[in-house]
Amino acid sequence: MPNALEVEQLTVRLGGTVILRDLGFTVPTGSALAVIGPNGAGKTVLFRALIGALPYQGSVRWAPGTRIGYVPQKLDIERDLPITGRDFLRAKTSVTGTPGHDADRALELVNLPPAVAAQPVGTLSGGQFQRLLLAFALMGRPTVLLFDEPTAGVDEPGEERLYEMIRRVQQAEGLTLLLISHELSVVYRHANNVLCLSRDRPTLGPPEEILTPERIEQVYGAPLKYHHH
Amino acid sequence: MTMSWTGLALSIGMAVAAGLVGCFAVMRRMALASDAMSHVALPGIGLALVLHLHPALGGLAALLVGTLLIWGLERQTRISTETLIGVVFSLALAVGSMLATGDELVDALLGAPGTLEPWELALGLAGAAAVAVFVLTQRSRLVIALVSSDIARTTGIPVARLELLYLLAFSLTVALGLRYLGVLLMGSLVIIPAATAKHLARSLDGMFAIAVAVAVSATLAGEVLAASIHRPTGPVIIAIAAALFLASLLARRR
Repeated sequence: MPNALEVEQLTVRLGGTVILRDLGFTVPTGSALAVIGPNGAGKTVLFRALIGALPYQGSVRWAPGTRIGYVPQKLDIERDLPITGRDFLRAKTSVTGTPGHDADRALELVNLPPAVAAQPVGTLSGGQFQRLLLAFALMGRPTVLLFDEPTAGVDEPGEERLYEMIRRVQQAEGLTLLLISHELSVVYRHANNVLCLSRDRPTLGPPEEILTPERIEQVYGAPLKYHHH
Repeated sequence: MTMSWTGLALSIGMAVAAGLVGCFAVMRRMALASDAMSHVALPGIGLALVLHLHPALGGLAALLVGTLLIWGLERQTRISTETLIGVVFSLALAVGSMLATGDELVDALLGAPGTLEPWELALGLAGAAAVAVFVLTQRSRLVIALVSSDIARTTGIPVARLELLYLLAFSLTVALGLRYLGVLLMGSLVIIPAATAKHLARSLDGMFAIAVAVAVSATLAGEVLAASIHRPTGPVIIAIAAALFLASLLARRR
């Protein structure tokens, strides 16, 4: 299957409200799709439906043999949880049966020093915790990576490094990437395709077609600042 | 009151189960919910007394039904677990108080260790072992689901089933402690040692070890002390556990 994911007529309702209606798109294997749209457009709902965490109508077809790595939006973790980064990664090796050194490889990929991984998760900074979640997602060699708002809770210099890292990992591992982001300039540079969810009609296409100033203003209700490189 | 070896074995088993199951109850922020949850045993105990059955079995049956009810309602409706537990378990306390009265009610609420039949001991130890095995073998799945149920799903963990099994292990633990601690206090033996451990530990293994140590030592010291000062066992156990918790607050302040 040349496509990693095929979605047809996807409709998701939450408590009687239609969040996504008749959504259809495909994601070619090895490509990067960015999902953008204003708050409340249903970006996270789409991801949660794709991983089967929400009931939906329509069809979601992953290529046979797909292994999903999922990095959720900023999690509400208690500061004093006595679980170290290592505890968390070790939990994955024991559940999926991946070899223990896979955790070291993943930590190396995301540039998280072993000493940091040995700390309780609640003491990690926003960026360190995101990288730990990414390391967790990369264990067991996933074929698809779903990344919801990678830079929430990360300061600006950290943001740029995080995107560079995601791109490096995507190329090194040959991953298909699905990314929710508010950083339109980053989307412009890194994504092969952009899916723009909005109140009226969702649109799909390459960044240069979707990210025009007129369309951005129409979707977000205000001109958004972003710069091409 | 004299202590028997069989009684000792059962209280250690119960304390180990309570310490382990409590770790995840505390980390999942269900401390108050789990306290309320133990109240559901009361109508079962009351009904068992009316029907001349063993009170602990009635309590266990009610806990299992209550657990299934909570789990099912949570999946069918969009009401939060906290709210459901608040409603279902307060109702249980009310119904239970109507069924059991007088001394029976006091025993059910506060616990009354009597003599142990061999089958009670065997059943109790088997239940404690089942809970300990569940928590220790499923710890990885429980940790991942605790951090994020969505991550757990993409890791191939059947989240809803795991949730149900955890709640059942929790109910079984509460049932094990009914004879010592009663409906009102058993929730505390699950929560207080784990809360102490959460405060002191820096890793999951550390948390398990401290929680079990606090639960077992509070239970044993409580039994000995209660016998020598002629007071009911349950409240003494909880007072000791709470004292250890307060001491842990001081210990961490460097």
